[in-house]
Amino acid sequence: MSVTVRIPTQLRTFTEGASEVEASGATIGDLVTELGRRHPGITERIVDEAGALRRFVNIYLDEEDVRFLKNLETEVPEGAKVSIIPAVAGG
Amino acid sequence: MANFRELLKQLKQEIDEPTAEVVRARLEAGEPLRLLDVREDDEVAGGILPGAAHLSRAHFESRIEDVVPDKNSEVVVYCASGVRSVFSAKTLKDLGYTNVSSMAGGFNRWRDLGFDFSVPRMLDASERERYARHIILPQVGEEGQLKLLDSKVLVIGAGGLGSPALLYLAAAGVGTIGIIDNDVVDDSNLQRQVIHSTDRIGVLKAESAKQTIKGINPDVNVEIHAFRLDASNVTEVISQYDVIVDGTDNFDTRYIVNDAAVPLGKPVIHGSIFRFEGMVSTFVPGDGPCYRCLYPEAPPPELAPSCSEAGVLGVLPGIVGSLQANEALKLLIGYGDPLVGRLLTFDAQSTRFAEVKVRKDPHCSVCGDVQVPETVPAAAPATV
Repeated sequence: MSVTVRIPTQLRTFTEGASEVEASGATIGDLVTELGRRHPGITERIVDEAGALRRFVNIYLDEEDVRFLKNLETEVPEGAKVSIIPAVAGG
Repeated sequence: MANFRELLKQLKQEIDEPTAEVVRARLEAGEPLRLLDVREDDEVAGGILPGAAHLSRAHFESRIEDVVPDKNSEVVVYCASGVRSVFSAKTLKDLGYTNVSSMAGGFNRWRDLGFDFSVPRMLDASERERYARHIILPQVGEEGQLKLLDSKVLVIGAGGLGSPALLYLAAAGVGTIGIIDNDVVDDSNLQRQVIHSTDRIGVLKAESAKQTIKGINPDVNVEIHAFRLDASNVTEVISQYDVIVDGTDNFDTRYIVNDAAVPLGKPVIHGSIFRFEGMVSTFVPGDGPCYRCLYPEAPPPELAPSCSEAGVLGVLPGIVGSLQANEALKLLIGYGDPLVGRLLTFDAQSTRFAEVKVRKDPHCSVCGDVQVPETVPAAAPATV
């Protein structure tokens, strides 16, 4: 499934500044792996050494936080919009 | 053409006129009567029936549908002696209200019988002038403005987000505004921290903010807390306020505030920014998720560059901090739909807002098993 993935400012150094990229994968985990293949270094910022989603990075399938679905196992339907939204602290 | 007395007599045949004794007995029996006081402001200042809505005759027709939206509810209108209320009751009938009466003898009879009434806190003439554009909004009104004047808001950080939030909360008439900041104004702040000015470089930010606030609205009581929030002082500080606006610039403080606010039942309005992007959400303990439900842990420092390292567009905190003020006003007055369970994101480069859901995490280390303070012993310790 090819979907649009919204890339936050912090990770755009890995996407040549692009705020949205196309990626395909059956699950959110597959998408993250695919993103890493195209944009080396980005995966490590999203998942930890054990391959789990980092606790300060949220991934949304449309409006839903995948931690409240099936985490990285969440299936990605065609045409879905995936957004990566990490915590920021600036004020 | 009927004269005044003839018209009154005619209307009195058409409108029910229960006595004050009957109205009181029915209220005490718990019957759902809507009391509507149609006297002028200066008369109401001397006392109003408990639970009555006030709508003077000057704005009666234009505002009645906001005050009493349900045309089938039972409305008992009263004035001082029971004359004006007959005319107002007739107007209500003409507007389609189906169950309307006028209390005989009005407020004077009620008071002479020794029945309870309350003396409402009223806006004075200068307040009425200053807040005229608020008062005319049905969602705010005089009652909402009085709530603001009685409310206490703590703004954490008098920086990028705190500047617009403080300016608008002060202008809106929030009665007490607390400012936590132990930093001084630096020239690199002035590109976005619009509550400060060039002549205040080197001045404590909280003090500089207070001076600006006093210039906008001298009636605001400003409390300065010129220290850094930590686990030892957070509970004492935030327990003094109704709503917390979080505009700090670091994760440590954000988690300290969240973890103390949840057991105290204090709403926290979160705003955070990075370069061109910002986010806002409203965390109301017991009513929705908390910041730890959204992000269980802070990133390590090497993955979380600050604004001084990464830069920030000056107008971005202006937008995000204003949204935080908007959330605070809704919570304080009690209208609208706050960002509870919703995270609003803003991208200044594309000028796009987006919204995602924030779920309450049943396993959240802070709010997972916590109940709101009504059912928890007072002074529950902050879990910092």
